[in-house]
Amino acid sequence: MSLLELDNLSKTYPGANGAVVRAVSEVSLTIEAGEVLGVVGESGCGKSTLGRTLLRLIEPSGGSIHFEGRDLIKLSRHDMKAVRRDLQVIFQDPFGSLNPRHTVGYIIAEPLVVHHVGDRRARAKRVAELLNIVGLPEDAAGRYPHEFSGGQRQRIAIARALALEPKLLVADEAVSALDVSIQSQIINLIAELRQKMNSAILFISHDLSVIRHVSDRIAVMYLGRIVEIGPTEAIMTAPKHPYTQALLSAVPRPGVTRADRVILKGELPDPANPSAGCAFHTRCPKVMDICHTKRPVLAAPGGTLAGDVACHLYP
Amino acid sequence: MPAEALLTIEDLRISAGGRPVIEGVSLEIKAGEMLGPVGESGCGKSVTALSIMRLLAEPPMRIDGGSIRYDGQDILALDEHALERLRGDRIAMIFQEPMTSLNPVFTVGDQISEVVLLHRDVSRQVADARAVELLTRVGIPAPAAAMGRYPHQLSGGQRQRVMIAMALACDPSLLVADEPTTALDVTVQAQILDLIDDLRRETGMAVLLITHDLGVVSQYCDRVAVMYGGRVVEQAPSAELFAHPRHRYTEALLRTIPASNPPGTRLPAISGTVPPPGKRPNGCTFHPRCHASVSRCSVDMPDLVGSAHLIRCWNPAS
Repeated sequence: MSLLELDNLSKTYPGANGAVVRAVSEVSLTIEAGEVLGVVGESGCGKSTLGRTLLRLIEPSGGSIHFEGRDLIKLSRHDMKAVRRDLQVIFQDPFGSLNPRHTVGYIIAEPLVVHHVGDRRARAKRVAELLNIVGLPEDAAGRYPHEFSGGQRQRIAIARALALEPKLLVADEAVSALDVSIQSQIINLIAELRQKMNSAILFISHDLSVIRHVSDRIAVMYLGRIVEIGPTEAIMTAPKHPYTQALLSAVPRPGVTRADRVILKGELPDPANPSAGCAFHTRCPKVMDICHTKRPVLAAPGGTLAGDVACHLYP
Repeated sequence: MPAEALLTIEDLRISAGGRPVIEGVSLEIKAGEMLGPVGESGCGKSVTALSIMRLLAEPPMRIDGGSIRYDGQDILALDEHALERLRGDRIAMIFQEPMTSLNPVFTVGDQISEVVLLHRDVSRQVADARAVELLTRVGIPAPAAAMGRYPHQLSGGQRQRVMIAMALACDPSLLVADEPTTALDVTVQAQILDLIDDLRRETGMAVLLITHDLGVVSQYCDRVAVMYGGRVVEQAPSAELFAHPRHRYTEALLRTIPASNPPGTRLPAISGTVPPPGKRPNGCTFHPRCHASVSRCSVDMPDLVGSAHLIRCWNPAS
């Protein structure tokens, strides 16, 4: 049994003029205990909605979420609250996700209060311990979020997320708003904590170099669907889906000339009005006739174990 | 020097509310060249860019000294009327957020034509024809129809294309692009940067490309100026700088990015944070975070020295 199993998870929203916006479509995946699964894709691909839906911060429209064997969608509010102990999240914006009126000590202790862990003294001790783990001074507990820099605020958000030693952490663009020199400090911190606590992480990012660095496996999303999933090195060194190839190619790197790159034309189609067939066919450099009419299923190409891809090039 | 520089910034000093923000920046850019000031938040790259167009919020910002010379004119000595003739005509600027830089209640066509009408003595028909031509050049599909659209009807990438069309309306000789693709997805970013690169090669326009993204700089810029704490700390041709970084900050910055390290390994992080204006240390601004600092670094600020490859460091990498 995997730690987390998503089966055909979908989230739709009502769009303009009766249209249905499919933010997440039939996503199935698993995460093992202690594993880091990177989710990568461009804005609007549904990666953040996926992260929030599997935590039931957004109610799914269909499919199932099994966490340690229990279907989260069927849980009552009360039972769901108990499970939330093991599920935590870190958001992108360390300015918007910390309450400016609360002290850092209160912010970090709040999950402990909510889940009735320890008394006041034990919680204060735990806060000091967490501040130490994330590399902040103990006197930070009495100060307010505005007194800290962006990188320090993200450390506070991480301390809060780790207070209950979650089994699964969703990190949604957790390092994207940070400067390069601070980003590396936070990536190191997350890696250390993962080893210490053996938490699994769903690491959502648009930044392929960050995803490559932290993930055991990578899932590539396009227009609400996973188009390719597999071990990190297989995806990064031998991407199969033309979209994954284009995404990797678009990242500017020293020593790579413009001529060596595949530049996609056009932009993401409207999720309220997706075309028939493969969602990527409107921008695909390798489009074939079948791509206009039939949607490819996510499956392992014949004879390989490297991962799954949803593309007609690999029948 | 083969040709005289189009823009020369010399010893520029800017403060905000009495706190020094820019502490002696010198840069020059030649026609057709793409120069990339690069650095983390608070290094002064955007403030430098805004000062070229005299768009700083003065007060609290104040230019305390130095000079900015464009094509023989002293920009700091020009009156508002002369500046208005320069802005949008000879020097154009594009910003990070195309949504807030476009007026939501005017059509795309109106906004581009307005630039042409403001700077050129032409009829509305001629200005509109020029706008269609520009939209075609920046790759907007069905440009004639796009003239009648409002900014909210366009995607982020298309809005940035419209901004570029406006910037190009009068064939500027200098384009200042402040993080033009930071808000865009990586596949759209590549399209926009390729477009800017093609345009400067075709027209000989100089481009000041301000970004925090080292990959972008290395791929598109001829020369790079690394900024830290309101100063240029290293400046060199792009290929040279990325192959042989010499300032300890540049060296650390290049080492710390995930792409320079094997997956899963601990990143060689730079400790501490960028000091804000007013709290910059004595000596070299980077010394408290530097792993190679020597005793002199906490006392004296080194000068920016060298010919093609300039560095401001007492103990540079060899």
